[in-house]
Amino acid sequence: MTAPKVHPSEKTKTLSWELKDGTIELALHHPPCNEMGTAMLEDLEQFVATLESAEGKAGALIVYSRQEAGFSAGADLRELYGTSLALTAAERVSGVRTFLERMHRVLNAIDASPLTTIAAVHGVTFGGGFELALACDLIIADKMARFCFPELRLGLIPGFGGIPRLRRDTGNGVVRDLLLTGRSINAAKAVAAGLVSQVAAEGEVLQVARATAAQAGKFNRTTSAAAKRFLKPIPHEELRREIDLFCELFERSAVMEGLRKFVEHTGAHPYLP
Amino acid sequence: MKTLEQTTEEILGLAARHFKIPREELAPSDDFYKKLKIDSLRALELITRLEHHFGIELPDYEVQGVTDFRTLASRIQARL
Repeated sequence: MTAPKVHPSEKTKTLSWELKDGTIELALHHPPCNEMGTAMLEDLEQFVATLESAEGKAGALIVYSRQEAGFSAGADLRELYGTSLALTAAERVSGVRTFLERMHRVLNAIDASPLTTIAAVHGVTFGGGFELALACDLIIADKMARFCFPELRLGLIPGFGGIPRLRRDTGNGVVRDLLLTGRSINAAKAVAAGLVSQVAAEGEVLQVARATAAQAGKFNRTTSAAAKRFLKPIPHEELRREIDLFCELFERSAVMEGLRKFVEHTGAHPYLP
Repeated sequence: MKTLEQTTEEILGLAARHFKIPREELAPSDDFYKKLKIDSLRALELITRLEHHFGIELPDYEVQGVTDFRTLASRIQARL
């Protein structure tokens, strides 16, 4: 079976991608804030299947959002809760494991791509959205971007590779602070923590990412890909352990209760302990 | 060191400018969710702007449950 060809532009329900001037631009456009559920997973799978065929034509990949609220609010908790309700505990865990394994394959493919990959983020960059950004080589942030791993507030851990990739990029003190408090941080703090490499003025992140992609795309691809593999090994063993731990925690009834409170809450302030 | 009144005034000014509401319509005791007509996502944006303005970090758990400008100012005071 041959990989699907990358077309100059393609649009799915939640994503669009375009090959332009040697850069692939992947736009997330799934309202309200690019929640990562089954629909986006399927579209991301379709995208990474085309990525391989683009490698000779492009030097860089930019991932960005067309949603005003931000890059991504993370996993689709409403879908997760709604789907889980009708299932037994064993079926829930089995279903979530399959979902996580598929999402890990997608993010590992982006992480391992020989292209120079750039997450151009603005606004809310939470949970799974933050994990997608961490799979990229560079994160360039709008000044108003906000980063958070809120999972522990719901009785879970990040499940899309967040902990191993955070540990790869920054010190354990920052990792513990972000995870164990569930607090959000701004772009300046994310730069100080070593997670973000460049900050753009409000509304300018895509332009800054395009200029960065154009520069990175000038270099010999074999050299850039070799440097990337050397600089940024994929923590496969930790990623597998993260899925196991997530599933172990997901079995507990407290998680469904936390999800229920989150999903059913209708006030201006979200349910987050 | 700014006084609580000065900090409150700066917050009110910033909120008025950014959310395009006449400054005189905002009072320290107002519920900023209602007065600015914002949801939790826009409230995060307000916090980010306040962090930039005051040059501080304002963890969201410190402002959880805070709804009025004066209490928000007191949380910021603790970080100045």
